[in-house]
Amino acid sequence: MTRLKPWLPLIGIGVFAVLLLVVAPAVLSMHWINNLGKYCCWAIAAVGIGLAWGRGGMLVLGQGVFFGLGAYAMAMHLTLETAGPDSLPVFMILYDPSAPLPAFWEPFRSDVFTLVAIVLLPVIVASILGYALFKRRVKGAYFAILTQALAVALAVLISSTIRETGGDTGLSDFKYFFGFVLDDDANKIMVFMIAAALLIVCLLVVWQLNRSRFGELLIATRDAEERVRFLGYDPANIKLVAFVVAAVMASIAGAMFVPIVGIITPAEIGASASILMIAGVALGGRASLFGPALGAMAIGWGQSSLGSSWPSGWIYILGLVFILVTLFLPMGLSSLLGRAKSLGWRSRATPTAPATASAPVLDEVKK
Amino acid sequence: MKATRTRRARSLLAVPALAAAAALVLAGCGSRAGDSAEPTESGAAASESCIDTSGDTIKLGFLNSLTGGMAISEQTVSNVLHMAADEINADGGILGKQIEYVQEDGATDWPTFAEKTEKLLTQDCVAAIFGGWTSSSRKAVKPVVEENKGLFFYPVQYEGLESSPNIYYTGATTNQQIIPAMDYLAAQGVKTLFLAGSDYVFPRTANAIIKLYAAELGIEIVGEEYVPLDKDDWTTQVSKIVAADPDFVFNTINGSSNVGFIKAYYDAGLTPETTPIISVSIAEEEAPAMGHEVTGNYASWNYFQSLGTPNNPGFIERWQAYPDSSGVTSDPMEAAYISLYLYKALAEAAGSFDVDEINAAAAEGGITVDAPEGVVTLDGENHHISKPGNIGRINADNQFDIVWSSDGFIDPDPYLEGYDWFPADVRDALVAAAG
Repeated sequence: MTRLKPWLPLIGIGVFAVLLLVVAPAVLSMHWINNLGKYCCWAIAAVGIGLAWGRGGMLVLGQGVFFGLGAYAMAMHLTLETAGPDSLPVFMILYDPSAPLPAFWEPFRSDVFTLVAIVLLPVIVASILGYALFKRRVKGAYFAILTQALAVALAVLISSTIRETGGDTGLSDFKYFFGFVLDDDANKIMVFMIAAALLIVCLLVVWQLNRSRFGELLIATRDAEERVRFLGYDPANIKLVAFVVAAVMASIAGAMFVPIVGIITPAEIGASASILMIAGVALGGRASLFGPALGAMAIGWGQSSLGSSWPSGWIYILGLVFILVTLFLPMGLSSLLGRAKSLGWRSRATPTAPATASAPVLDEVKK
Repeated sequence: MKATRTRRARSLLAVPALAAAAALVLAGCGSRAGDSAEPTESGAAASESCIDTSGDTIKLGFLNSLTGGMAISEQTVSNVLHMAADEINADGGILGKQIEYVQEDGATDWPTFAEKTEKLLTQDCVAAIFGGWTSSSRKAVKPVVEENKGLFFYPVQYEGLESSPNIYYTGATTNQQIIPAMDYLAAQGVKTLFLAGSDYVFPRTANAIIKLYAAELGIEIVGEEYVPLDKDDWTTQVSKIVAADPDFVFNTINGSSNVGFIKAYYDAGLTPETTPIISVSIAEEEAPAMGHEVTGNYASWNYFQSLGTPNNPGFIERWQAYPDSSGVTSDPMEAAYISLYLYKALAEAAGSFDVDEINAAAAEGGITVDAPEGVVTLDGENHHISKPGNIGRINADNQFDIVWSSDGFIDPDPYLEGYDWFPADVRDALVAAAG
């Protein structure tokens, strides 16, 4: 058991992968596969938030910005692919048929450019933003408010540039995904598989980062930034890396959200969408590996099923759960598991092996 | 120590690389099972209809925003749909089957509209969906309902320039609301017009059409301002209206943003005597909720509670007696009421709940509904209905005195094919894009 322990998360990821990639497509209807794909997207963003917030202590309240960058990059490409070469997207014809395609749309006709942009755009934005903020030692509430304000700003910008971005109505009616007909169920399953696989990849990346020296430094920075500085490390750089990784994950999540859901609007990237992403992470357990992903998926599921049977009530349930978790389980629902385990192990462990065996477990819980 | 570090570094790279490779392989599997890149009809046929007609009920879906910013308007549509379903059920149902409705909440969120449409069609297997309000919600529903070969009945006036084999429009298209309003203004000798609208698809498109037609009528557009749907502050924009001093203001603002506009309008000293407003989204329901009396301003609709048509008194009476009623009737709710009866007429003409057979029955023509606004006729080609054009002026009771009516019913012309001032290349591009 002790020898197995370091590998438990990896086994967990493996089980999760089998569930998502093998079991889910086999047993679920298309409707739920589509929905699960959407939850996977939120989970990808949540895994990144788990790294930045749970491990790095940066309350990123504006992940919608990066979600939006990826989503709109993908949506612009799919819109142009649907319109066909040399044609304007339908909504642009409606508002002003004589004006040309805006210059920033043009490169998104290319498959390769779009894919590169989905990864590079958040890297560039998050690097500039993160560098400016972390070097100036902006942190805590100031950092959170700033990121939140950015999400609001981006949503307003998109809402107010209707001819260029589709505005409040958003971009929708995508027919093709890199040459694949989106109507086709087989292709929908493929898109779901890509999203699920990306989620697994993100989990592996975060697991690996958490194990690495960087992961240790990140936690040290979260808990005692000054001490890390005195030890000769620059906390700004450490936080920057976590922030950029989280941004890229949010962007990938946004990009996959578009072909799965079939529409992207500023409401999906604004303040409340960003807060909902955080809510999932807090619910699941921000510092754990699986907590953020499972929390985000649970919120997504609650929204589609409880929201159906009790439209006006579900948001109150969410609020109540959120308050209860924050009050009694500040480290999220996943800490329940840790607590139960440590209790169980301790009671069983005491007769045979004293102190030494239970010490690392307690350590784990404290984290 | 050194060895550990290199091993770590290697596995750090190896794990994601392996996983990425696995993802690519999986993606490869999906693509092989999928179609070629050519747009084919067979690809779309993957989703089969699952409408269950074996029992003595038929399932219909109602999709309205019961929460969020549009709930104030869409809740009424939802209630009147329930009333129409109750009436039809009491009268023996559709083709002898009682209506069993599934109510879903669109939550004023366009992706939610898309998700719930898919759920209603594939999980609940409803025969048709009724609802939506904003053009944005319709645009979110359209691809989903087309892909799943379902039916969607949309009850609100809109900007036109659209048609779909899977959507029936029971609200006005532009030539039944906007163009009559412009004709009325021209007949009143209006020379200058100011356009104020919410910043989304309907006002933008409607104003593009208004500008074209105004040029034809010799009306000068002296200003055009937009404010996002969820913003209420119109102070800056209204000061531009004061400066431009137009004969009339054409208002395409939607929802609660109207309250802010009306407040700024009266605060700036504008009045209906000097600068009247003509609206296309303020009806009996909204007029008392403006926070200021709006007497003397105008609205263009097809249905008013004050219409003297034979079916109207009974409709008003039944609605006022219905639980959850708002007490007044209005154009969008009347159009929603028509939509369920239109579906009944279509299903009975087709003798079936099958989407293709219903569309075939529509194409044959002659489908009519004896509605509160009069006998409306369905155009089987474009899936819109004929409607009377009416202009009303708001009186002190927040009801509308009808000041102008069209000569008979206006046939729907969503692509404005009967109007040569509308650029043909734009029409062709839009028709081509619609497929």
